[in-house]
Amino acid sequence: MDWLNAIVQGILVGGLYAMFAAGLSLIFGVMRLVNIAHGDLIILASYLAWAIVHATGLHPLASLIIVVPLMAGFGYALQRGILNRTLGKDILPPLLVTFGLSVILQNGLLEYFTADSRKLDAGFLETSSFPLLPGINIGVLPLLMFVSAVAIIAGLQFLFYRTSLGRAFRATSDDTEIAQLMGLDNKKVYAWAMALCLAVVAIAGVFLAIRSNFDPFMGPGRLIFGFEAVIIGGLGNLWGTLVGGVILGVAQGLGAQVDPGYQLLAGHVTFLLVLAFRPTGLYPRVSG
Amino acid sequence: MKITKLNRRQTLKMGAAVVAAPAVLTSTAARAETTFKIGLVSPLTGPLAGFGEAQDWIISGIQKSMDGLSNNGAPVKIELITKDSQSNPNRAAEVAADLINNDKVNLIITKDTPDTTNPVADQAELNGTPCISTNCPWQPWFFGRGGDPAKGFTSTYHFFWGLEDIIANFVGIWDQSGVAKKVGGLFPNDADGNAWGDKDHGLPGPLKAAGYDLVDPGRYQPLSNDFTSQITAFKAAGVEIVTGVMIPPDFATFWAQAAQQGFAPKVVTIGKALLFPASVDALGDRGDGLTTEVWWAPSYPFKSSLTSESAKDLADSYVKASGKPWTSTLGFSHAIFEVAFDVIKRTKDLANPASIIESINATDLQTIVGPVNWKGGPVPNVTKTPLAGGQWQRNNGKLELVITTNVQHPEIPVGGKLKLLS
Repeated sequence: MDWLNAIVQGILVGGLYAMFAAGLSLIFGVMRLVNIAHGDLIILASYLAWAIVHATGLHPLASLIIVVPLMAGFGYALQRGILNRTLGKDILPPLLVTFGLSVILQNGLLEYFTADSRKLDAGFLETSSFPLLPGINIGVLPLLMFVSAVAIIAGLQFLFYRTSLGRAFRATSDDTEIAQLMGLDNKKVYAWAMALCLAVVAIAGVFLAIRSNFDPFMGPGRLIFGFEAVIIGGLGNLWGTLVGGVILGVAQGLGAQVDPGYQLLAGHVTFLLVLAFRPTGLYPRVSG
Repeated sequence: MKITKLNRRQTLKMGAAVVAAPAVLTSTAARAETTFKIGLVSPLTGPLAGFGEAQDWIISGIQKSMDGLSNNGAPVKIELITKDSQSNPNRAAEVAADLINNDKVNLIITKDTPDTTNPVADQAELNGTPCISTNCPWQPWFFGRGGDPAKGFTSTYHFFWGLEDIIANFVGIWDQSGVAKKVGGLFPNDADGNAWGDKDHGLPGPLKAAGYDLVDPGRYQPLSNDFTSQITAFKAAGVEIVTGVMIPPDFATFWAQAAQQGFAPKVVTIGKALLFPASVDALGDRGDGLTTEVWWAPSYPFKSSLTSESAKDLADSYVKASGKPWTSTLGFSHAIFEVAFDVIKRTKDLANPASIIESINATDLQTIVGPVNWKGGPVPNVTKTPLAGGQWQRNNGKLELVITTNVQHPEIPVGGKLKLLS
C-alpha cells in the first residue's frame, strides 16, 4: 500500500511539474526559444498574486482573474519590446537576454518585496483531503493542481488545433518564411504565444504560492523539473509534457520510497534513460 | 605525488600570497595613525538576504558610539567598509581578499551562515588579518574550515552557540511535552542536514542517551516537492515528535502534505525554517504551536555595552523603525559591533595586527547576546552565547516567539507554557 501511495502522490506532483513546464513547451514549440527566466516569471506571478491578495483581501484563487490578464499583457509587451529583437539565426542572443531578464527579475523582486519568504493562505483548501483507499489520502489542493494542469494542456491543445490563432502558431512554427508569405506577421504571432505562455505561468505562480513559501530567488530551482518534463515528453508536444511530468513525479516518489536520498536521483536517472534511448523524447512533435 | 595534489585551500593560499606580496611590502609606511578600517562582509542580496535586512538600521544605531571611540587616550576615526557577499561563498572570499589587499582593513567582521563566515575567515587567516564572526553554529565554522582543536586558528575568532546547545534545548522542549519518545527526523542533504543527522556528532547519539527513538528515513534533496515517503515512515513508526533543519519552502511543503495525508504529530521542533517571523506567519494558522531554538529574544536579560539599551529596547526600537516584527538575528548583528569596538578600545597598538589579535583574545565583554570571552570555549577561538528553546504562539492574531525552555541558562526568563499541536 505504501508503494501504491508513493505512485499516487507522485502522479499528483507530476501535475505540478507539467504546469511549470507547459509554458516552456509552448514557447519552444512556436519559436524555438529556451526561456531561462521562466521560473523567475512564475515567481513574479506569485508576488503579483500576493500583492493583490493583500491589497484587496481576495481569495488567492480569485486573484487569478487579475493576475492572468496582467501577466499575459506583460508577456505580449515583453515579446514585442525585447525578445522579438533577439530572435534570428543565432540562438545565443535570446538565451542571454532571458538570462539577463532572470537576474533583473530576482533583484527587482528583492528590492521591492524584500527577502522575506511569503506564502498565500488558502485556508482549509491547503490541508483538506479525502481517502481514496485505506492508507491513501488525496489532498484537495494537489488534486486541484493536477486537474488544472490537465485542463490547461487540453485548452492549449484545443487552441492549437481548432482555432485560427492555433493555425497561425503552427504555421509559424513549421516555416516562418512561408507563413510570412501567406500574410502572417510572425512578430505578432510570437507576441501572442508569449502572452499565452505567461497566462499559464500566472496560474502556476498562484498555485506555487499557495503550495509553499516563495522568495525572490526560488525560480531557477523550481525550473529544472520543468525542463526535464518537457524533454522526457518530447519537445513541443503538450500532452507529452504532461506525461513527462507524471513520469518524473512517479520516478521521484518511488525513489524516495526506497530512500529519500534517491528521490531526485531516480528522477534524473529516468531523464537520462529517456535521453539515451529516445533522444527526441517519448512523443516528439518537432523534428530536426 | 603530494605536489600534484593542490586542494582549494592551498591554491587560494598561493594565489593570495602572490596578490598580497606588494601589500605586505608597503604596509609599514602606508598606515595613518588615527584611522582604523573595519571591513564588514554580510549577505545583503540572494537567498540569505533576510539576515542582512536590518544592517543599515543596526549601523545607524551604533554610529554615535563609532564616532566617539578612543584608543590610548586619543580619538580613533573609524572607516567602516561594507561588502555584500550576495549569499555566495566565492563572492564572499573575493570581497574579503579585496578588503584585505586593496582597502587594507585593520579588522574584518563577518556574519550569517557558514557560506559567509567560512570563506571570509579563511581569507583573513591566510593573510593574518584579525577577524571576528558570528551567526553560524561553531562546529561548521571550526571543523568546516579544518580546525584542529589542539591548535585553533591564529587570527580568526567566533562567538555563537553550537549543535550541542540545539540538542539540549530540543530535548528540553520534548521533555516538557510528555508525549511518546518517538522522533521523526527530516534532514536535507546539505551542510546543516548532514551535520545534524551525523551518527557520531549529530542528533542520533544524544537523543538515544536521552531515551528518544529517532526515525531517520535518510537525507532528502533541498527544495523537494514530495515528502510522502517520510510521512509514510513516520506514521508507520508512531512518531509523535518531528524535528529537523529545513529551509522554509521545504518545511511548508512537508507541513501541508502531513495534513493532507493525515499525519498529526504533537510536537514539531524545526531549526532554521522557523527563524524569521515572516516565514512562520506565512504558514497561517498552521504556524501556531511550532517550536524552535531561540537565538536571542527581547526577554534576554542582557544589555548593550555601547548604547546601554536592553534587549527589549533594541527589539522595540527596531519594530518601531521598520514596522516589522523583531528577529533573533538583531542581537547578534548589534553584538558584533560591540565586540569590535571593545577590541579597538583595548588594543595597545592599532597599527599592529598581532596587537589587535592579542586584544581580541583578552576580550571579556557583557554584550546584548550575553558574555563574550574566548577563554574556556569548547575549542580554541570559539566562545558560546546562551541559547533557549521556544514556541511560536498566536495571541489575538499576533504571532510571538515565546521562550518555553531555558534548560541551559536559567537566567533567561521563561515566557509561557508549551502547548501541544494536537
